[in-house]
Amino acid sequence: MSTLLSVKHLSVRFARKSKGFWGKPSGFVSAVDDVSFTISRGETLGVVGESGSGKTTLGLAVLRGVEPTEGTIELTVGDTVVPITSLGKRELRRSRHHMQMIFQDPYASLNPRMTVRDIISEPLVAGAGDWGRLGRKAVDERVLDVALKCGLSGDQLKRFPHAFSGGQRQRIAIARALVLNPALVVCDEPISSLDVSIQAQVLNLLADLQRALGLTYLFIAHDLAAVAYICDRVAVMYLGKIVELGTTRQVYFTPKHPYSEALMSAVPEPDPDAPRRPILLSGERPDPANPPSGCRFRTRCRYATAICADSVPPLRAVQEGHLVACHHAAALKLRGALDLGAGAALAAAPGGAIDAAPQSAQAR
Amino acid sequence: MDAVAERAVLGVTGLSIGLRTGSGEIPITEDVSFSIGRGEVLALVGESGSGKSLTALSLMQLLGANLFVAQGEILLDDGVGFSADIAKLGTRGKAIQSIRGARMGMIFQEPMSSFSPIHTIGQQIAEVVTVHETVSRKVARARAAELLEKVGIPDPVGSLDRYPSEFSGGMRQRAMIARALVCGPSLLIADEPTTALDVTIQGQILELLRSLRRDIGMAILFITHDLGVVAQMADRVAVMYSGRIVESGPVRDIFRNPLHPYTRALLDAVPRLGDIDRGRRIRPISGSVPNIFDPPGGCRFHPRCPAAVLPRCAAAMPPRFQSDGRMVECIHGDKALAG
Repeated sequence: MSTLLSVKHLSVRFARKSKGFWGKPSGFVSAVDDVSFTISRGETLGVVGESGSGKTTLGLAVLRGVEPTEGTIELTVGDTVVPITSLGKRELRRSRHHMQMIFQDPYASLNPRMTVRDIISEPLVAGAGDWGRLGRKAVDERVLDVALKCGLSGDQLKRFPHAFSGGQRQRIAIARALVLNPALVVCDEPISSLDVSIQAQVLNLLADLQRALGLTYLFIAHDLAAVAYICDRVAVMYLGKIVELGTTRQVYFTPKHPYSEALMSAVPEPDPDAPRRPILLSGERPDPANPPSGCRFRTRCRYATAICADSVPPLRAVQEGHLVACHHAAALKLRGALDLGAGAALAAAPGGAIDAAPQSAQAR
Repeated sequence: MDAVAERAVLGVTGLSIGLRTGSGEIPITEDVSFSIGRGEVLALVGESGSGKSLTALSLMQLLGANLFVAQGEILLDDGVGFSADIAKLGTRGKAIQSIRGARMGMIFQEPMSSFSPIHTIGQQIAEVVTVHETVSRKVARARAAELLEKVGIPDPVGSLDRYPSEFSGGMRQRAMIARALVCGPSLLIADEPTTALDVTIQGQILELLRSLRRDIGMAILFITHDLGVVAQMADRVAVMYSGRIVESGPVRDIFRNPLHPYTRALLDAVPRLGDIDRGRRIRPISGSVPNIFDPPGGCRFHPRCPAAVLPRCAAAMPPRFQSDGRMVECIHGDKALAG
């Protein structure tokens, strides 16, 4: 698979004011600190982490919704490499149609005074790339085509957002993101404000659209089960840094970073008999403006030793495609999600884990 | 359910909540019945608009303007001599005030908006004690510190003089639990207590609630939409849909052998970690949650139900079947219960 997005040494720092109205900048917060990763065409990379880990800032920075402080972002469209980070304002605007975003709250992200047709067509009218030259009729055709793909009907296009439920609004937001036929879609918590029964609709819609249109997703979410469902690879963030990156299976079932281990062990699986031995992290997330020296997780890590305070562990491969930033990654024996449950069941299943018949998964 | 009901801390029977509007009264929830025994956790599960939070508020007579308990019985029995039907107490007066916060505690989803930002944590917890008991402020303060220690807040005495804004989300939720428990209630109502928290903090809070149940036999009504949390916390589950409990039973039965098509559909709609390799496709429920002001006739779920039999399901409310502590409200309920 060819690389679509390549992010190297990306950092985003925000100036931080001292207390009071007249406060002067005093230091900065590293929301994203020296993050590198790539996404292949047609792949979904999940970004998980707790609030304040920098995952939303990372998503915005990839689109230059916030300006990166350092680092490079390159998008390879066809044979051309678009150097996102070095584009000027107008060039960036012209390149916007390659990358679009879906936001968390469809009640806030749709203009209540615009019809659905106008909302979906706005990116076309705003004129990124070749799309700006479409006539009204062609715009209408394009809007209808995308709306139908997203599960909306033609007569709904005349209505206003208030007439739609949360799930349908998110469909409108997805249609708006897809109308320019982007190569990359950044999904920032696209399902977390929806009801359980509707979340499944949107997850499946995103998966179907990806298959049909060859989309590439950067999928940011805190719902670890949803990320496991839709993502090929997963990056775990803690305090602005990627601490682990690998295939979904590697990160979930054989995590190599103590933070990933704690995260995975805490996922509440909807099964009353699932084995439950959550690793309870002690303490609180440190202030991101004043992160601990060395490894940022060391203050809450049960395996931390002297070296963790002294030097920052680099993100390095422990096996093919599985990167971990931990000094002790090679030595630690960590538990994955469903350590006993799925692992034991998979091992016991006839014909090996991956070939196990789907019926056995739904024994209930 | 019946065996527990004899010594139930809380027994709710036929509870209906109505809304007064300019053009008459609209039913919001109908005929809700459940009971919670000592040391038991009942999870009330439902999507937004199912009426689960209103049911919780009605248990303390805390319904907002124009909402009222239209019918039913809310029997609170602490097992050592106190017993009252809260539905009869009204929303004001000494009788209900002596129950709120003292015999029933409640914790909410958003701990920041549940505390006053201009009073210290200590003041706000001690206030609960001084309102309900005739004790000195010093004693109340000591009790507050004791509770903060019990819920795992480091430096409990020092924390008394801190403000809610100085606490992190998880610590605030712990402080809210301390405030709910400071008068030793027999029932704790937890309304989505971990929804606003990160997954590792959620794990800590759930562990704390489990230990409270184990150590002091606290009865907990746990309201949530998260089936993963239900599986971890609940002894029994009641599933609400559009203002009615459509199914209830022990947690294992609900997850292993759901009887109501809605429960089944809900379980099929959530992704599970165990399915990563198996490629199971989650199955969404078509359509959306009905408008509570204009619910469909007959079974409220029939427009979305894969097993609906028309016109029967649309014509009349389905019968309620009960057996072995399980209840289901569906025309297929008898067959489901038998099989």
